[in-house]
Amino acid sequence: MNAETGTTALWQAERRGDGMACACLGAWIIGNAGAIDAAIARTPAGPGPVVIDLSSLTRLDTAGAHMVVKAERHLAANGADVQLAGVRPEHETLLNLVACDAARLVPPPAGPPWIVRFLGGIGRSTVDAAHEARDLIGFIGLVVATLARLIIRPWRLRLTSLVFNIEQVGFNALPIIGLLSFLIGVVMAYQGADQLQRFGAQIYVVNLLGISILRELGVLMTSIIVAGRSGSAFTAQIGSMKLREEIDAMRTIGLDPVEVLVLPRLLALMIALPLLTFFADIMGLLGGGLMAWISLDLPPRMFLTQLQQAIALNTFFVGLIKAPVFAVTIAIVGSYMGMKVSGSAESVGQMTTASVVLSIFLVIVLDAIFSIFFSMVGL
Amino acid sequence: MTPESREAVIQVRGLRNQFGSQVIHDNLDLDVWRGEVLGIVGGSGTGKSVLMRTIVGLNRPRAGSIDVLGVDVLNADEELRHAVERRWGVLFQDGALFSSLTVAQNIEVPMKEHLDLPDKLRAEIARLKVKLVGLPPEAADKFPSELSGGMRKRAGLARALALDPEIVFLDEPTAGLDPVGATAYDNLIKDLQQALGLTVFMVTHDLDSLYAICDRIAVLAEKRVLVEGPIEVMLEQTHPWIREYFHGPRARAARGT
Repeated sequence: MNAETGTTALWQAERRGDGMACACLGAWIIGNAGAIDAAIARTPAGPGPVVIDLSSLTRLDTAGAHMVVKAERHLAANGADVQLAGVRPEHETLLNLVACDAARLVPPPAGPPWIVRFLGGIGRSTVDAAHEARDLIGFIGLVVATLARLIIRPWRLRLTSLVFNIEQVGFNALPIIGLLSFLIGVVMAYQGADQLQRFGAQIYVVNLLGISILRELGVLMTSIIVAGRSGSAFTAQIGSMKLREEIDAMRTIGLDPVEVLVLPRLLALMIALPLLTFFADIMGLLGGGLMAWISLDLPPRMFLTQLQQAIALNTFFVGLIKAPVFAVTIAIVGSYMGMKVSGSAESVGQMTTASVVLSIFLVIVLDAIFSIFFSMVGL
Repeated sequence: MTPESREAVIQVRGLRNQFGSQVIHDNLDLDVWRGEVLGIVGGSGTGKSVLMRTIVGLNRPRAGSIDVLGVDVLNADEELRHAVERRWGVLFQDGALFSSLTVAQNIEVPMKEHLDLPDKLRAEIARLKVKLVGLPPEAADKFPSELSGGMRKRAGLARALALDPEIVFLDEPTAGLDPVGATAYDNLIKDLQQALGLTVFMVTHDLDSLYAICDRIAVLAEKRVLVEGPIEVMLEQTHPWIREYFHGPRARAARGT
């Protein structure tokens, strides 16, 4: 009874008088189906009565039985009368089980040609993007409305959840954000020094560092890291809760998922991201200052004096004021994508990717808008 | 089936499963005979699913031996294990279909892995299995998330049967189905079992299934197979849990039908 050994299948067909005598021999099992299929296809569907003898079968499974049915159908294609002979009762049951309309075994046609599918795909993604934008704006409205309700009734704020989320998105992100900002500072100081030294203007490394880190890089780097780290986590957390019907359960109990899940995350990020930005600013300047000291022999005292002259307080605030806006963007996109998860585990993955891509995209677009705005108001 | 003619396709001896300090099975022995439908019952936490997972190799036992189709699966080399895996099919509780593939593609997965069939024929056989488990033709091109729980179970069974296995492991096949669906599913398993000569290893809570399709029942209690035998034997047991199980109101209702 071993499926692997001593099991070959044979299909015999020979002319006999004006008809044909065929026989199925050996093990007609799924492993041999390919060979049997080819052998049957080679048999000419001749006229006259055909007899298929099944008495020499050693084994038959559903795939084998299907091949017998296929042989019958193939030989009867020209209107020949096909009979089965030597059918054992157990084979009879199997043959009845697999008998069905040939049409239902054919996969449906693959659809329109690729060019139509390609153009259709472009159209569909455009419409989808428009729907996405509409839904996202709707979600922002929902969050703002819930936030307004929370301001009227502040005791409904989930304080434990808020603190827990601040720890997750803020405190736990300190090492990675600190390290990366420090390294960015090092790289900027080194590259800047290299160029400015040619003009004997190496002291301006401090201006370069101060302005670029405080205005742009600190907040941008922090937001991008947080989008990858926490935006994705929001989507995955809310998404898997959605999959396991936890969100539905909340609704039936009378809890508002936006209030319970989205607001604590949103507020946590609004609190944590400015703090992280400040931390990134300091670490970036520290890295830059250290590199300036090493490669330009610029002592810390001089670095600080120059920094004070180069940087006005509003340079620092121009960077910092962007942080809460980016925080809202990341939190809303992350939560929205989580709420959009449906169906399968695969959807969680897709939405998490989409969430990170969209929030980083929006953060950079907003940053550009901020730049234009600040230059227009003269900051 | 007379005792002499029966052949053990699964033979478990002295099995011990332990998670941390919690012993699930201790010195558990079990035989499954070729061509029978064996129902595994037991209270919650008696390790019914763990036993199934151990036999199919998803859980490594602390001690004991497991022979499946004459192969010592715990100590067999990769190739031999692979050959045995080809001869069994497993149905998990919720079907465990791969969510990124359609039903037909799910059924083709084991065929692709183990056999070398032309694409067209493989697609044909996959659709045949869809028909065999009583799903409508259009279900073949749907994704698991688009199917109802009962349809997912049927699709899972179709995947378990993809290679025409000799043994099928079913984990609570009728759990979560409505009574009509459960009865239909029971009949489906019985029909397929008789037509294909399958050996069925079924973990179940469903008394109707036990009455309708199981040839033999093994009761897990006190960390081992406490009793095994046909339903008549179960009814005569004096062990309190088994009495409660087979003489409770639900059991009476199932027997009455």
